[in-house]
Amino acid sequence: MGDAFAQAFGLIARLDPDLFEIVSLSLRVSLTAVGLACLVGLPLGALLGITRFPGRRAVVVVVNALMGLPPVVVGLVVYLMLSRSGPLGSLALLFRPSAMVIAQTVLILPIVTALSRQVFEDLWREYGEQLRAFGASRLRAAATLLVEGRYPLATAVLAGVGRALAEVGAVIIVGGNIAHLTRVMTTAIALETSRGDLSLALALGLILVGLSIAVNGAAQLLQEAAGRGVG
Amino acid sequence: MASAEPGNHAAVPEAGVLPLRLEGVSFEVDGLALLDGIDLELGPGPLSVVLGANGAGKSLLLRVCHGLLTPTRGQVHWCGAGAAQAADRCAMVFQRPVLLKRSAAANVDYPLRLRGVPKAARRDRIERALRATGLVALAERPARLLSGGEQQRLALAQAWALSPQVVFLDEPAAALDPPASRALERIVRELADTGTKIVMTTHDLEQARRMADEVLFLHRGRLLERAPNASFFDRPESAEARAFLEGEPAP
Amino acid sequence: MRRGAPWLAWAVLGLAGSTLLAFAGPAAAAPGELVLGSTTSTRDSGLTDWLVDAFTEETGIVVRTVAMGTGRALKLGERGDVDLLLVHDTASEERFMAAGFGELRRKVMYNDFVLVGPASDPAGVRDAPDIGEALRGVAASRSWFLSRGDDSGTHKAELRCWMRAGLDPRPDSGTWYRESGAGMGATLNTAAEMGAYTLADRGTWLRFGNRGGLRVVFEGGPALRNVYGVLVVSQARHPHVNAADARRFADWLVSPIGQARIAAFQLEGETLFHPLAEPAASAGEVGAP
Repeated sequence: MGDAFAQAFGLIARLDPDLFEIVSLSLRVSLTAVGLACLVGLPLGALLGITRFPGRRAVVVVVNALMGLPPVVVGLVVYLMLSRSGPLGSLALLFRPSAMVIAQTVLILPIVTALSRQVFEDLWREYGEQLRAFGASRLRAAATLLVEGRYPLATAVLAGVGRALAEVGAVIIVGGNIAHLTRVMTTAIALETSRGDLSLALALGLILVGLSIAVNGAAQLLQEAAGRGVG
Repeated sequence: MASAEPGNHAAVPEAGVLPLRLEGVSFEVDGLALLDGIDLELGPGPLSVVLGANGAGKSLLLRVCHGLLTPTRGQVHWCGAGAAQAADRCAMVFQRPVLLKRSAAANVDYPLRLRGVPKAARRDRIERALRATGLVALAERPARLLSGGEQQRLALAQAWALSPQVVFLDEPAAALDPPASRALERIVRELADTGTKIVMTTHDLEQARRMADEVLFLHRGRLLERAPNASFFDRPESAEARAFLEGEPAP
Repeated sequence: MRRGAPWLAWAVLGLAGSTLLAFAGPAAAAPGELVLGSTTSTRDSGLTDWLVDAFTEETGIVVRTVAMGTGRALKLGERGDVDLLLVHDTASEERFMAAGFGELRRKVMYNDFVLVGPASDPAGVRDAPDIGEALRGVAASRSWFLSRGDDSGTHKAELRCWMRAGLDPRPDSGTWYRESGAGMGATLNTAAEMGAYTLADRGTWLRFGNRGGLRVVFEGGPALRNVYGVLVVSQARHPHVNAADARRFADWLVSPIGQARIAAFQLEGETLFHPLAEPAASAGEVGAP
């Protein structure tokens, strides 16, 4: 155990190129997925949070439930879509980073939507009447709340980042864990563990934990900044 | 009307939106009439104070007048020549203003931008509104760090900068200490003196006595009296108003 | 701060757009690129990389390896998600060809399975005359036996060994007979913790770094022979399959160069895989040795 730790720190300390490649692909895939999820999820969260329409409650319940989607299920569904024999097979995305981005986007979207819906709903309770009195349209109000709620919304987004970086089930199915192409931190950990090579697995695990701490620390700082009410 | 506007910015005379007419306006929630058959016409001129106990329906009436709420029964009409622009010609100040997390000046800027006022004109109007409300020195201060009185004055500055024809104020001083309250009253009076129609609610008798040109007395959702200041306070007609003025439970 | 919302939206859009563009590969698997479905055993032993590196150096064709159990790999082939397969279960390979999913199949090499178990050998299988007798010993002593249970080539080979022993352990699944449902390495990790017997391919075993108290307790005999075949997925069925390059790889594997490369692969001083193809005249099926 101590040995594995020592080797793990060694890999990190000398910036092992394979390690670096894996970490950077992980970040690129997950951050892209989160970016796309935000593009759809934040407007959707705003829509659910500040408008009322028939069926809205049902949608909210479904979105909240989807937050707990098991990554393997997402991976399987996206695999069936992107498989050569699936409806989107002609795009030839399977076993490529794009497929991993798609799977993680699907996985993260409900998280960003549901958490930002809650933020927008709280903000709308606070600002709604004032903004309506100013004559702001719903679209304009949503844009204003996006800025006013930037800290709690960023926290919601960071929850998505954490989930994307840590999941293995979806990316291993649609990415295939191909060396130098679709091998990310979590799939590499799974692989090295199965090979019984615990030091590289542990090094990646340490980096993953470090990133997770960084993400959560950032979320904490944002919450404190929001608590001070300035910006 | 235009020449009477605060800031005097408009070169072209503007059509008036008043009078505002309410016909048989009721607002019911779960069968309970919170506003009950109100007929009312508000014309330009006197500073109108809606007076009544907590729960009389004052805030609701103000929101129905402004258009934030739609009555469950009855009609609200703007009847002036400029009625079509009414939404842009009135402003609302709440008991607890919700200020944006940005500077005081940026908060005044926000509703101006919503109405598409050009940038150059905005700077000028922000300046005047802040000066009128005594906030020039605090222009760059984050709005949420201002004191309660300053925040309420900033809300007033937001309204002022819009050069509205009508300003609705909902218990604007209810959360303020006496000096802050007096400062606010002075600014409201100045705004009224520029020719802006003021409709404000209060449950504070003394404030009503100081501010009102006319009093509208609301009791349990019904408009019981409408009278000039002196005659209301000296000779209230209804038993409910007499009880309210004497601080006794309603008959 | 001022016009916060619009720039925020543009920033997000720009970020997402540019990164996605960075990922957008060629619209279809370009010529000169193959997706190979291989088994975990050849990947974990390092053989796949050893072969692919040499092939890429010689031909410039890039081979992307996706590793999984033989059963799942064949399923990927049926769906057209890989161009060729390097797997090890003769019976299912033949079914794959018979159903028309493949256009070429060649035997490439063999290695062998070993029965590993606790060094103390509680079932006393060390001196068994054959694998059937060894497994009967495990069952009789009700020692832990950890099966892959994942429809992989190794799993299927294990089930054939039980058949040879005249036993069906699956009704006992959950008692002394356990199914990990995982790859070879993960199963070895679990077996090491449990002190269980398990059937492993020799390559993965030699490469495996976390043996704990496990040792090879039984090896040898024709029943433990593990034959690998290469299959090219049918282009007639899946037109996008890069059959030309896939055939090239398959041909290379059975060529003298490829076969020599296989023979040269060593792990801890042991030769792991033995060439099986007959060079030159090796079109199509090759007889077993």
